[in-house]
Amino acid sequence: MSEQQIRSTDAAASILMPTAGAGLAGTVVPPVDRRPLRMPSRRWRLTGDKLFIGTLSVCALTSVLVVAGIIAVLVSQSLGSINAFGWSFLVSDVWDPVKKIFGIRNFFLSTLLVAGLAMLLAAVIGTLAAIYLAELAPQPLREPAAFLIELLAFIPSVIYGLFGLLIFAPWLSKVGEPWLTKNLGFVPLLFKGPAFGVGILAAVLILTIMLLPLVIALTRQALLTVPSEQREAVLSLGCTHWEVVRYGALPYARAGISGAVILALGRALGETIAVAMVIGGSHKLPASLFDQGYTIASVIANEFTEVSSPLYLSALIEAGLVLFVLTSAMNMLAHWVIRRIGNEAAASL
Amino acid sequence: MNAESLQQSPRISFSVAPSDHLRRQILSWVVHAVSLLMCAATVAILVFFLVFLLVRGGSQINLDFFIKLPAAVGESGGGMLNSLLGTLTLVLLASAMGIPLGVGSGIYLAEFGGEGRFGELIRFLIEALIGVPSIVIGIFAYVLIVLPMGHFSAIAGGFALGVIMIPILARTTEDVLHLVPQDLREAGLALGLARWRVTVFIVLPQAASGIATGAILAIGRVAGETAPLILTALGSEYLQTSLSEPIDELTLRILKYSRGPYDVWHQQAFAAAFVLVALVGLGNLALRLATRGRGVRVH
Repeated sequence: MSEQQIRSTDAAASILMPTAGAGLAGTVVPPVDRRPLRMPSRRWRLTGDKLFIGTLSVCALTSVLVVAGIIAVLVSQSLGSINAFGWSFLVSDVWDPVKKIFGIRNFFLSTLLVAGLAMLLAAVIGTLAAIYLAELAPQPLREPAAFLIELLAFIPSVIYGLFGLLIFAPWLSKVGEPWLTKNLGFVPLLFKGPAFGVGILAAVLILTIMLLPLVIALTRQALLTVPSEQREAVLSLGCTHWEVVRYGALPYARAGISGAVILALGRALGETIAVAMVIGGSHKLPASLFDQGYTIASVIANEFTEVSSPLYLSALIEAGLVLFVLTSAMNMLAHWVIRRIGNEAAASL
Repeated sequence: MNAESLQQSPRISFSVAPSDHLRRQILSWVVHAVSLLMCAATVAILVFFLVFLLVRGGSQINLDFFIKLPAAVGESGGGMLNSLLGTLTLVLLASAMGIPLGVGSGIYLAEFGGEGRFGELIRFLIEALIGVPSIVIGIFAYVLIVLPMGHFSAIAGGFALGVIMIPILARTTEDVLHLVPQDLREAGLALGLARWRVTVFIVLPQAASGIATGAILAIGRVAGETAPLILTALGSEYLQTSLSEPIDELTLRILKYSRGPYDVWHQQAFAAAFVLVALVGLGNLALRLATRGRGVRVH
């Protein structure tokens, strides 16, 4: 046996006996051994491999180029605004295209307000709905209901905006907001002012509906990965169904649930068109939930095509840069949380 | 489970006194009822959307909708031929760019470079790209294509949508390829096949239906995009013959009509929404049926 042949046998053996490791959740596929296979080979075969893998690497490289390109474009096009306003761009509440003074503090705060409220609502409703779907619902109901709810995720956001603007906002203005003022008007700050329909409240509620399928799907998946022994053990202690969920399932699904909620926040921060359609559009900071406002994404969408000066364009792109940083940070946090808490849960098993 | 890890487990403490039994049972029922309510509410919203679209939008659909251009402002009649063709054009442009690059990245990650540093970096960037708001991708395409060309264009729109497709498709492709049994690859390699042959002739045919439905998912996603198109394709009232001209899209038309003051426009917006949901919904239904419960992430 030549040395090469011996090595090829080793490599083949290591493929046949893969080391145990983490595959994709829910599959039983062992990890691929990606060490180069040294087989006696004709030159053309290696050339074919090199060409093939080379082409694929170039495809994979486009992600690097796109991310680098986005950062380069956002930063370079923002320079005009960065040089003109510096940090005051972030802390100033003046957004005046006529006088060419731009600050996004109001949009920034409105974005946090709208996305935060929507996330809270979606987290509460979504987690409960997912608990029902994964733990409490009658068995034959579970799959179909989950399937239906996930269909919600595929409705394009402009259609949520359409419903928000033409159906929901008029209803809010005639029925919803007057009712809130009458019955909950004593809560300071929240429910006062003229009932326009379009405004912060409409944006929050539409966003909540958009986030629900994401939260429900991810939370449900997290609950489904909890081993059933976990529930059986708690059940065998004489616990009620809710206690089984509370003590048996939720602690082990908390990585997935927290990740889902943070991912939802990231999506809420970046959601553009549905919010742009129902938030009304105002450069002021909203004083109540009925006020109109602008989030960062919606101000870009609504004002981009009306840009009247290079500085205005630059300011809008810098707003895009802020949005990019904000959403990227959220997504990284979500993945970090899933990995961190996920590892802890795995370690304690 | 050893003693040490037992200590890290969540503490369970509750009273088992008989008098508490009813209280605990009631709490359980309450949670049960509330969670059922939340779940039912979510399903109800979906059903309301779909039924409303069917009734209000579906009733507006006629032959004119598919073969005529938009009527003059405020007049009834007219159709959305330009928007439908525009959607088709933009989706084709986006697919021509996004499908090869996305599928290629996915194959690379699953079959070749997924374990190394480079693979980890790519996977990280793909996750990051999926989370980038589409309006930011729109700005990217605007600066890269619209500014140098001096005007809005179908090419810029297609490019923006293509960029959005890449990470979605890369992730689905990788997931689908991981489902192909390892034995098949080993069998091919044992026969002395080159790795590219194993990939192209053994692995890919197994994953073809999954990748195809992944492509449908990505197409459905970009066909429903609006925000990046405002910055790139802009919209138009006419049929386009050139890719370097502004072009219309169903979502842009819905946006324009829903914001207009005319009832006719609102009706048309719901009709367009119905067509869009039908197109996107059918594609996704296919994906669901094809990859059900097989560990493919669709979010």
